[in-house]
Amino acid sequence: MAANLTERPERRKERIDRGIKVRTEGIYAVSSLQEVSYLILPRLVLIAGLLILPLLMPNLYWNSVISTVGIYALLALGFDFLAHYVGLVSLGGAFFIGVGGYTAAILNKSLGLPPALTIPMATLGGAIICTLLLLPALPLRGVYFAIVTLMYPLALKEIIVALNVLGGTDGILGVASFPNRWVEQYLILFIVIFALFGLRRLVNEDIGLVFRGVKDNDQAVRASGLSITLYKAIAVFIASGLGSLAGAYLSHKHMWSGISQFALDFSVIPIAATVIGGGGTLVGPVLGCLFLVPISEFLRAFGPLRIVFYSVILMAFIMFRSEGVMVYAQRKYHQFQRWVKV
Amino acid sequence: MSEEDILQVIDVSKAFGGVQALLNVSFSVQKGEVFGIIGPNGSGKTTLINCITGFIKMNSGRVLYKGKEISNKAPNQIANLGVTRTFQIMRPYYSLPAYKNLVIPLLSPRARRTGGWRGGGKLGDRETVSIDILEEIGFERDSFVPYKLASSLPTGYLKRLELARCLALRPDVILCDEVFSGLSMSEIASMVPLIEKLQMDGITLIMIEHRLRELFRVASRVMVLNFGQKLTEGIPEEVMQDERVREAYLGSEKASDYI
Repeated sequence: MAANLTERPERRKERIDRGIKVRTEGIYAVSSLQEVSYLILPRLVLIAGLLILPLLMPNLYWNSVISTVGIYALLALGFDFLAHYVGLVSLGGAFFIGVGGYTAAILNKSLGLPPALTIPMATLGGAIICTLLLLPALPLRGVYFAIVTLMYPLALKEIIVALNVLGGTDGILGVASFPNRWVEQYLILFIVIFALFGLRRLVNEDIGLVFRGVKDNDQAVRASGLSITLYKAIAVFIASGLGSLAGAYLSHKHMWSGISQFALDFSVIPIAATVIGGGGTLVGPVLGCLFLVPISEFLRAFGPLRIVFYSVILMAFIMFRSEGVMVYAQRKYHQFQRWVKV
Repeated sequence: MSEEDILQVIDVSKAFGGVQALLNVSFSVQKGEVFGIIGPNGSGKTTLINCITGFIKMNSGRVLYKGKEISNKAPNQIANLGVTRTFQIMRPYYSLPAYKNLVIPLLSPRARRTGGWRGGGKLGDRETVSIDILEEIGFERDSFVPYKLASSLPTGYLKRLELARCLALRPDVILCDEVFSGLSMSEIASMVPLIEKLQMDGITLIMIEHRLRELFRVASRVMVLNFGQKLTEGIPEEVMQDERVREAYLGSEKASDYI
């Protein structure tokens, strides 16, 4: 004990909420320009930043990377929502993309519907199909649910190849494309912004409280007279809808739908983006995609070594900033630190 | 089985593998009564509550609520009928403030149908209603306590929060799994009037308890379980005179030394 007393530090760090934060939590601050900008500025920077991106890109190739970022961002939003607000760890990104992508391609090719119709229909239809197929897995938790969501894309891919249906290994060719690249890019950016702020709002509504209750303590939700299966199904519907939307968009972007849409990249990269961006923040995973997808494009020059660099970056994040960029940034924004005498 | 019986439990049995947790347990509870269930550790008390409220499927037996069968319904269906429970190990939503914990039960079909707390009219603002319920159960309205995260509340408040979750459903029956355990003497002293008030409001209470002195203050009848079987049932004084109860529950010495 005596040794401890002599080694006790003379000062420690203290974290205090900024005054504005204390007053603006949950209520609208209109009292001063400073308080309004404290709330709005970060959101405005994000929206403006995203919308300006297509104009900054040097060439067509990098413009197409923006679309890829958007697709992964939708999947990452879905993953973060399910994992941190409902307690379902989903590896279903590939499943959602594949179902949405094939649905849009089939609607476009066989019924001749334009993208303006196929994308909403594939979003809704894909969400219904995915939710129905995942219904038996809803009582499962943690890694068991993850395994089932991982199994579906693998199985569907093999079924399509083995039975040679839906174009077999060639896929469905000649899907209609978007009118021009501006429509293509701004469509996905607007969808990402809408999904981000929509989900942010949703998790603070009444239904969002139930979702968080399911994550915290599903038995208490049952004791409260609410069916956890129903609410889990609604949550999976929302997340798979986002994924299917991304898949439908992907089919029209590549003018093609095929078995590579069931690739595991769609399941794994959103998780990596969530780790980097900060789980539970919703905006973090979007920023994570904005960082990871271009990095992976840069590293393309290294050929097979790409995956090594990629892993090193991921490991560094997990070891040194496991909370994620956004959790760290939000803390710095809302609190200040100072040294105090013990 | 008179018409007054709100809950009838008939020959309920449950085995976990080779362990017979419950064997042909029967009892019935009258409307407005406080019914105690006591017994040594591992005698099947919590399993019995789990079976009645649907959290565990029973192997055989029936549960009748207001004369209608509720055995093997889903827990949320049973809660919506008005049979609610607390958990021995508290199950609040730790990441939510106390008052938001109650918004979840207030969203249940039963709470919406019955028009919220204390009858009539629109449900109104759920958060206001939940603060009302919390005040009813002993959270100081004008303090920070109802707005604190559940993870930062002490045990006494968490036990009350368990009861509050039941009350939000405007229940007919509450099955309390050890609401006194883990509380200090003064906290228990403030819980007892609360239980009495709930009874005055016409709520039927079934209480599992190890704190016999406090239980006997409120309970009109007590059932004793031992190794999954019902030993006896009756008014507290009679039960504690029973030779088998003394041996099973308290050892063979004089029971009154222990209560």
